[in-house]
Amino acid sequence: MHLVAIFVSTVIAATPLIYAALGELVVERSGVLNLGVEGMMLVGAVTGFAVGHMTGSLLLGYAAAIVAATLLSLLFAFLTLTMQANQVATGLALTLFGIGLSAFAGRNFAGLPIDGVEAIHVPVLSSLPVAGALFRFDWLVYGSIALYFGVEFFLRRTRAGLRLRAIGESPSAAHALGQPVIRTRYLAVMFGGAMSGIAGAYLSTALTPMWVENMSSGRGWIALALVVFATWKPLRVLLGAYLFGGVTVMQLHAQGFGLEVPSEILSMLPYVATIVVLVIICRDPKTILLNQPASLGRSFHADT
Amino acid sequence: MVDLPFRLEKRPAPSRAMRIGSPLIAAAAMLVTGSIVFAALGQNPLNALYLFFVDPVMSMYGIGELLLKATPLMLCALGLAIGFRANVWNIGAEGQLTVGAIAGGGVALFCSDSLGVMTLPAVLVAGAIGGMAWAAIPAFLRTRFHTSEILVSLMLVYIAQLWLSYLLHGSWRDPEGFNFPQSKAFVDNALLMPLLDGVRVTGAFIIALVLAGLSWLFASKTFAGYRMLVAGLAPAAAAYAGFSEKKNIWLALLIGGGAAGLAGICEVVGPIGRLQPSISPGYGFAAIIVAFVGRLHPLGIVLASLLMSLLYLGGESVQLSLQLPSAVTGLFQGALLFYLLAADLFVGYRLRAARRPAKIAAPQPEAASS
Repeated sequence: MHLVAIFVSTVIAATPLIYAALGELVVERSGVLNLGVEGMMLVGAVTGFAVGHMTGSLLLGYAAAIVAATLLSLLFAFLTLTMQANQVATGLALTLFGIGLSAFAGRNFAGLPIDGVEAIHVPVLSSLPVAGALFRFDWLVYGSIALYFGVEFFLRRTRAGLRLRAIGESPSAAHALGQPVIRTRYLAVMFGGAMSGIAGAYLSTALTPMWVENMSSGRGWIALALVVFATWKPLRVLLGAYLFGGVTVMQLHAQGFGLEVPSEILSMLPYVATIVVLVIICRDPKTILLNQPASLGRSFHADT
Repeated sequence: MVDLPFRLEKRPAPSRAMRIGSPLIAAAAMLVTGSIVFAALGQNPLNALYLFFVDPVMSMYGIGELLLKATPLMLCALGLAIGFRANVWNIGAEGQLTVGAIAGGGVALFCSDSLGVMTLPAVLVAGAIGGMAWAAIPAFLRTRFHTSEILVSLMLVYIAQLWLSYLLHGSWRDPEGFNFPQSKAFVDNALLMPLLDGVRVTGAFIIALVLAGLSWLFASKTFAGYRMLVAGLAPAAAAYAGFSEKKNIWLALLIGGGAAGLAGICEVVGPIGRLQPSISPGYGFAAIIVAFVGRLHPLGIVLASLLMSLLYLGGESVQLSLQLPSAVTGLFQGALLFYLLAADLFVGYRLRAARRPAKIAAPQPEAASS
């Protein structure tokens, strides 16, 4: 049964990463690099918690988190897409601003309790031995799987997805063919914002149902690394997120296995793992060149 | 897509006036935002702004605090700016600062007996080397394995902080410290003393000013500085001229790391006096803002670090006098950078009312034939 418990907590730890990384994947496929995921997640976390706490409705909390994080992403979009600001600098600004804003907005909510997201017990199936664990997750876990299929379908099978990918590869060619580069990028950035909002709210209402300043502790950056690790492919994002979820959970269970490793060293694991997988993926520059959207991080300004 | 009532038009040449003006516009916009935030918190905005921006520096002690907090910001930002100019995005100064404090603090704790009066210089050098070593990791991984220095240097921030915490909960903990996770207080030989009686600012501020001068010399008078400038402005031209990208990356990260490490060690052997789990309220991150607001120029950075330091002091001041949350500091810092990035647009572009551009008179066929 111990293994089942590890599996369950792995899936739960991976869920916020899936939302944030799939959102960022769509943004990057459109050619925009938004380094503000961490900031948007924190604002989503504090908004989701605060609204959930005040109204008693987690659904409203999630809706508010989506709105708040999307508004932030809109700010990023306005600066980088309309105002042509440098994407790296603006993304950093978004993260720094989000850290400040969330600490400010959440100052009265630290340490308060909230009823976390409840698991759904699928009738009959959830009482199966062992496999029943698959049917006792909360709806956001199932939502993250649905999101994967949605993103995969959108990118591969829809006209809009094809347009988005074309714009990410060559905005000037897409523009010359009459495709709305800036509008598409706006929508992609807003989608990334909304997903970061859900990811953040999941941290403060499900993973650890409380608000703590800076509680995302680098998960937004790990999500960014996951997109690189996944070579911009949704399925690999999903697998990568579960890998990272596993690493996070391992640190909690290591002591249970009788490993005498100090907790600080174990807490380093996700960050070390991020660096290691980045090295493995980027080692061959061709892997990145072949997969990275060609216009990633570059401003586009139509001169006509 | 947002339909704007105006149109952007590229300037023939970047505007010098706007390069200097945009930080001022951003600071003014931040003040307006500040008054709105204070009003929303139920305060008289003018009174709150006074307590935030003026009151903290109305005393000798206050000015000392302003310079004290500006020092690590200045050191980190000077180093980061050299990298940013060359398109090397070291955003892990906070981690390099922490490792600098660990390395220098280790020398102060364990070698002060044998070093005697040479302890302080050795401690400072060890701090700078510690920061460099930490920054060498993203430099090596970027040049050897093409990993993003942004992500690696940031991950190393968390690792450095956990490492410090591990040491202070373990072998470096003061045995007589009532189980607090902190080291023994450093011996006097390892400490940077206040410049004057009644203030806490130390000689580190002077070091930072000297380094600002050196970094100006480096950027404008040396060939290495020129290579890095070209790499930042025109990567293709730099490659064509045969400037080594790897050398730039190494140089940018080592300088940035060394400066951040120095900032860290100057904090722990200065105002703090020992190692403790929290040695910086995010100076390494705030320094990113300082570098941009200072236009990546040493003089600008000196001024911007004073402004950013004032934001820290103001946050503490309104917390004490008006019981306002000190988190407004982070809010103001973030807003300042946003406004700057928005105002920067007008360095390269100017606004025109949204009319169709006047057609340039095409040569008339008659004129051509006659």
